[in-house]
Amino acid sequence: MSQHATLDPPVPAPTRPTAPRRRRDRGGTILVLPALIPVALLSVWPLLQGIYLAFTDTTAGRPGAFVGLGNFADLGSYGLFWDSFKIGLIWAVSVTVLQFLLALGLAVLLNMRLRGAAFARVLALIPWAMPPVIIAIMWKLMYDPRSGPVNGILSTLGIIDHNVNWLGDFSTALPAVVFVGVWVGMPATTVVLLAGLQSVDPAVLEAGSVDGANTWQRFWHLVLPSLRPVIVAITTLDFIWSFNEFGLVYVLTAGGPGGKTMLPMLFAYNEAFKYGNFGLAAAMGVVTVVVIVLLMFVYLRAQRRAAQ
Amino acid sequence: MTSRRFTLGRALSYLALAGYVVLLGFPLVWLLSTSFKTPRELASLTPSLLPDSFSLANFRAAIEQQDLLRAGANSLIVAGCTTVLVVLVSVPASYALARFRSRLRGVAMGWILVSQVFPIILIVVPLFLILKQFGLIDSLVGLILVDLVWSLPFALWMLQGYVAKIPAELEEAAATDGASRLRTLTSIVFPLLLPGIAATSMFAFVLSWNEFFFALVLIQDPQLNTLPLALARFVGQEGQVQLGPLAAGSLLSMIPSLVFFALMQRRLTSGLLAGAVKG
Repeated sequence: MSQHATLDPPVPAPTRPTAPRRRRDRGGTILVLPALIPVALLSVWPLLQGIYLAFTDTTAGRPGAFVGLGNFADLGSYGLFWDSFKIGLIWAVSVTVLQFLLALGLAVLLNMRLRGAAFARVLALIPWAMPPVIIAIMWKLMYDPRSGPVNGILSTLGIIDHNVNWLGDFSTALPAVVFVGVWVGMPATTVVLLAGLQSVDPAVLEAGSVDGANTWQRFWHLVLPSLRPVIVAITTLDFIWSFNEFGLVYVLTAGGPGGKTMLPMLFAYNEAFKYGNFGLAAAMGVVTVVVIVLLMFVYLRAQRRAAQ
Repeated sequence: MTSRRFTLGRALSYLALAGYVVLLGFPLVWLLSTSFKTPRELASLTPSLLPDSFSLANFRAAIEQQDLLRAGANSLIVAGCTTVLVVLVSVPASYALARFRSRLRGVAMGWILVSQVFPIILIVVPLFLILKQFGLIDSLVGLILVDLVWSLPFALWMLQGYVAKIPAELEEAAATDGASRLRTLTSIVFPLLLPGIAATSMFAFVLSWNEFFFALVLIQDPQLNTLPLALARFVGQEGQVQLGPLAAGSLLSMIPSLVFFALMQRRLTSGLLAGAVKG
């Protein structure tokens, strides 16, 4: 975002007469129109209609009638939906936290100018370039209960004594999927944190070491506080992205076994396109947005308080 | 400055870095090695990291699988058309966004941010209904339109940054020399914008090439599968023997995005870093 700010064109002097500016604006509107029409038709309009659908009993077969808060009342007693919501929260929080910790570690290492860091940086970008479907296929090979290397390595190390069906077992499916989520998202988080680390003023660190602070104290008392805005921004985005994740888990487990990895997006997708309950699925979308916005509000406010 | 004092710390750092390299790289190496293994080796209960012999059978199988080949063609059509449309639509729009300070700019930038974090599930149901009305379900045209709208926010954001970097004085000079507005745009702005257009179109291509969710919802006819869709549906019917072709097909379908990132990775990191240092 700071990059965007620096790219802004110079602001025209405010003293300019208004008449030519208005004419310029009209020219701008014509140029924007070809982009505006598809966006309005296929993004803004569906969004508004989606919110409306949440208050109707529309199904795949027929356009529904307005039912007020009926869908939301139904959702209140829809235990499976809240189970899925809980799984979604566990997934999003653990992916965000683990991803942040691992990415911070990698960013610090990359910032130390070790030999081989350039190679690690390129490597860290590859998961970013891979489509979620292929990442999921790759990890299905990794977790394969018969021939997957995860079992091979862990049993060689003596950590497990029999092959585990990681994605098929009730107790391991969610952790296994979380691990893949962390692997996928770590690169982007690392790059952002690395950018933050490199913008820490070296003079501050110098002053710290003159005052006798050791490496760890400098990191904890000087580097981390100045990284705080970056950390808050990237963890917020990571949380939202994780909560909205679909393709990765759809291919890995399709929500199974027994719904143990049924993220809310998968649940809503099934509700809409497997069972045809369009209105109910839209209501799930609305509930998801409201909960995410509330959580983000609490988180950002707590962060702001802590910063003060 | 501290390298001599903390040799132990430095050794541990190298160890940690090596750990990260293995964590990030091992799954990729495994995918690569699986794609070269023979079916018999894949069935082995003690798999090895490196294949006994490099066999191209899996690649042949993946390509000869009619589905994957047709899916590749479909993906090429969708991503190609999306890219062309994205460029056609976003070049004028991004120019307007960067050059004219209007209320539209604020709205557009706000929408670009919101669209990055909005749950698509809320959009996808009505989108499905709208496209159905126009007969665009099970149609590559429908998918192209959706991909266009989906890649526009980032494309606009990227391109308007490139436009903003072109000095406005150049255009003013051309205007003073008597060039018409259109001529200024075609012979001054457009040539300078070409690198930006190249980057944006590569981005749009990769986004559309990799897109899965909308394709899953909008395409039911297997004849119209895109690559991610074909691979995902291939997973559903996979047996032990199919792992090899699956890995090979995955690798082949990754080539466009890997080429894109090979071209962009320097720019990506340096751009991000430069921006942060300046800000």
